[in-house]
Amino acid sequence: MNETASQVRHDYAVEMLEITKKFPGVLANDRVTIRIKNGEIHAIVGENGAGKSTLMNQLYGLYHPDSGEIRIFGEKKTFVGPRDAIKAGIGMVHQHFMLVNTLTATENVVLGNEPVKGLNFDLKHSRQAVKELSEKYGLYIDIDAKIEDMPVGMQQRVEIIKTLYRGAQIIILDEPTAVLTPQEVEELFEIMRNLQKDGKTILFISHKLNEVMEISERITVMRGGKVTAELITKDTNEREIARAMVGRDVVLKLDKAPHKPKDIVFEVKDLHVRDNRRLEVVKGVSLTVRKGEVVGVAGVAGNGQTEFIEAITGLRKAESGHIIFQGKDVTGAHPRVLREMGMTHIAEDRFKYALIKPFPAYYNVILGRHYKPPFAKGAFLDHKEIKRYTAELMEEFDIRPRIIEHLGGNFSGGNQQKLVVGREIKANPKFMVVAQPTRGLDVGAIEFIHRQILRMREQDVGILLVSMELEEIFSLSDRILVMYEGKIMGEVRPEETTVEEVGLMMAGKRLEEIRGGKL
Amino acid sequence: MKKMIESIAVPVIAVVIALVISALVILAIGKNPIEAYGSLIHGAFGNQQAIIDTLIKSTPLILTGLAVGFGFRAGVFNIGAEGQMGIGALAAATFASNFGGLPPAIAIPLTMLIGMVAGAGWAAIAGFLKAKTGAHEVVTTIMLNSITTYIASFMVTGPLATGYGSPKSPEISTSAQLPILMRVGAMELSSGIVIAILAAVFMYVFLNKTTTGYEIKAVGFNPYAAEYGGISVSKNVILAMAISGALAGLAGVTELMGVHHRFLGELAGGKGFDGISIALIGQNNPIGIIFAAILIGALRTGSNEMQFMGVSKYIVMITQAIVIFLVAADRIVRAIYARKKVEA
Repeated sequence: MNETASQVRHDYAVEMLEITKKFPGVLANDRVTIRIKNGEIHAIVGENGAGKSTLMNQLYGLYHPDSGEIRIFGEKKTFVGPRDAIKAGIGMVHQHFMLVNTLTATENVVLGNEPVKGLNFDLKHSRQAVKELSEKYGLYIDIDAKIEDMPVGMQQRVEIIKTLYRGAQIIILDEPTAVLTPQEVEELFEIMRNLQKDGKTILFISHKLNEVMEISERITVMRGGKVTAELITKDTNEREIARAMVGRDVVLKLDKAPHKPKDIVFEVKDLHVRDNRRLEVVKGVSLTVRKGEVVGVAGVAGNGQTEFIEAITGLRKAESGHIIFQGKDVTGAHPRVLREMGMTHIAEDRFKYALIKPFPAYYNVILGRHYKPPFAKGAFLDHKEIKRYTAELMEEFDIRPRIIEHLGGNFSGGNQQKLVVGREIKANPKFMVVAQPTRGLDVGAIEFIHRQILRMREQDVGILLVSMELEEIFSLSDRILVMYEGKIMGEVRPEETTVEEVGLMMAGKRLEEIRGGKL
Repeated sequence: MKKMIESIAVPVIAVVIALVISALVILAIGKNPIEAYGSLIHGAFGNQQAIIDTLIKSTPLILTGLAVGFGFRAGVFNIGAEGQMGIGALAAATFASNFGGLPPAIAIPLTMLIGMVAGAGWAAIAGFLKAKTGAHEVVTTIMLNSITTYIASFMVTGPLATGYGSPKSPEISTSAQLPILMRVGAMELSSGIVIAILAAVFMYVFLNKTTTGYEIKAVGFNPYAAEYGGISVSKNVILAMAISGALAGLAGVTELMGVHHRFLGELAGGKGFDGISIALIGQNNPIGIIFAAILIGALRTGSNEMQFMGVSKYIVMITQAIVIFLVAADRIVRAIYARKKVEA
């Protein structure tokens, strides 16, 4: 190659040195150093919240590091915004595409850098340029089709062409396979190899181990905002990556009293659910929950858990299958019906679902039971009783500041969550859906909430716990199911499995495959 | 408490700044702003007649302000108060000319009920379309406004035509007319103002004391959380639009029963749209809305006297526009501030 000279000078396309980035309450990147060699396909793997996206957003100029240094081809850079990053030769294909649905592929590619002829947009030139890029790298697209009429895989190729059109030498692909079918994944890998042949450097962000093993040359593993391993793909294996991803630490097992589960209280049979884009994201999930039992559903975010939870709590229509609660088919029942029957729900996203920020605490704690005694007297709210009850709940769940008029949005994250947990527990449920109950909370609040969940278990409440935190799943669950791409990969008991085994299932291996010795 | 002071401070400061800027405009056209404002105040509150005129003008504004403000509290932007007011008055006028045989104790509530039901039904169409198809209420209520215009002109030139003078409906029966509270010269203050204030009380109690009010506010603040809490979003959107429309319909029917006594062929003459500004200035608070409506009513009444001084009465339109701009801008500033805080 005639680039030998430049390769000597810039051994590394990207160097991010000692990058630290803090968000309120979270250290998203803690002195992270990664080096990406010029012309390699480099995978960055890690669980959700490991800090991958934060790191990449800093490389693309969307965030600014609190400290640390970014070098591109050996040259120190400070990016004020993506424009600077693009100028430095960086392109990013986001997980959620940044395309204008009503424009054509060509128009989207040139948007912001339109060739002009006089005062007019030069469509002919644009089409030519896009066509050339498309053919050169095998990025097959219909250059005159509108984005909204394209399959997802083609939209992604438009995004890649867009980065190339803007002169990207370094391309960041943020979880590019999450939205693709297996065939499209193969096509994408072919494209990535073509780009590599042409000297491009590719950062491939993923948590799917088989893909990483297939396409990358080197791997950086992140966990909890830090780099936990730097591996050369051909010298490593999936087990090693999984271990670095989920942590070497022995999982804390909370002193959980033995408790004998009783009858089945909740059952899901062959449930299929579509997401907002009408894609099927839950593909035939079946499970049962008994009274006095915690069933944990582990998995990396975005594998259908959100839609699954929404479907079983009445917030989303199920495509097919059955949801059975206390022996009654409640598929498609309104949340109020489910609540009346004794199902409560600690929602995954407390800002979207669980909390009404402009409502004072005393209105937030009655949500779901506001319309009946003791909180309502006929058509009117019983403010006296509501306020008394709120004070009691805040005392019991140690919610601070202990001001019942405090607005929901003004509590700290941990106290907001305690407010939600308290509300859902004090509604005397028979079955609880508990999703990501401790996301973003500090250790004290986490322990408190875990103890509340176990207390419910001892009171014979059936609990379905959906969480991305493996430690949480391990320490609370009586049984663990792993969800991957809308399917259950296997069911294990925490005392009979290892974090590694669950980690492999989270990355798409079936339990039979793992135990069958295929790995 | 702090919040209350803040919510009063914003519109008051906005009004003061607006008056200062309008004063500069008056100066620029070579008049004395102090004298101009003096005559404005005198025209609006200077004597009993002026006060009554101001209150008459304010009555429908309170009601349309409540209508729009109620919608805002429920998270819907009812921009169709104009049409709902018109349809309410039209429906009531259609029946109320035949109520001569009924005693006022029946004719008055019945006429009001017809106007409110018509307004509620009209607005509920937009609510239904929003709940079932996602059609935005701003678009549908505007379209309903246009439809109302044509229905109104059809009615007053066709089925309801009196056959003389400008197109109008026949006078409603005396028993369906609102009792007069006070009469000074040619000015008659009907009990419409009492109805408007009762409506404000109703809105306050409904939103703050009832379970349905709780549900409507929950849907307005966060529809996802509402649905999660077992509150039907579509039911409450339709209900909120219907109540908003009923208040607008009430505005139309009090004008009919208390002021004109007949339907004059055109819609609310912009009073429905004024409701939007009034709701904004009053911060969607029923008491705030009463004051905001009286402020706008007073500006309109007083501006006539200012006109005699040679200062165009359209100066008050500038004042009104600046007030709205500042109150709305306050929201923009606060929204930006809130977003910054979230990001940080």
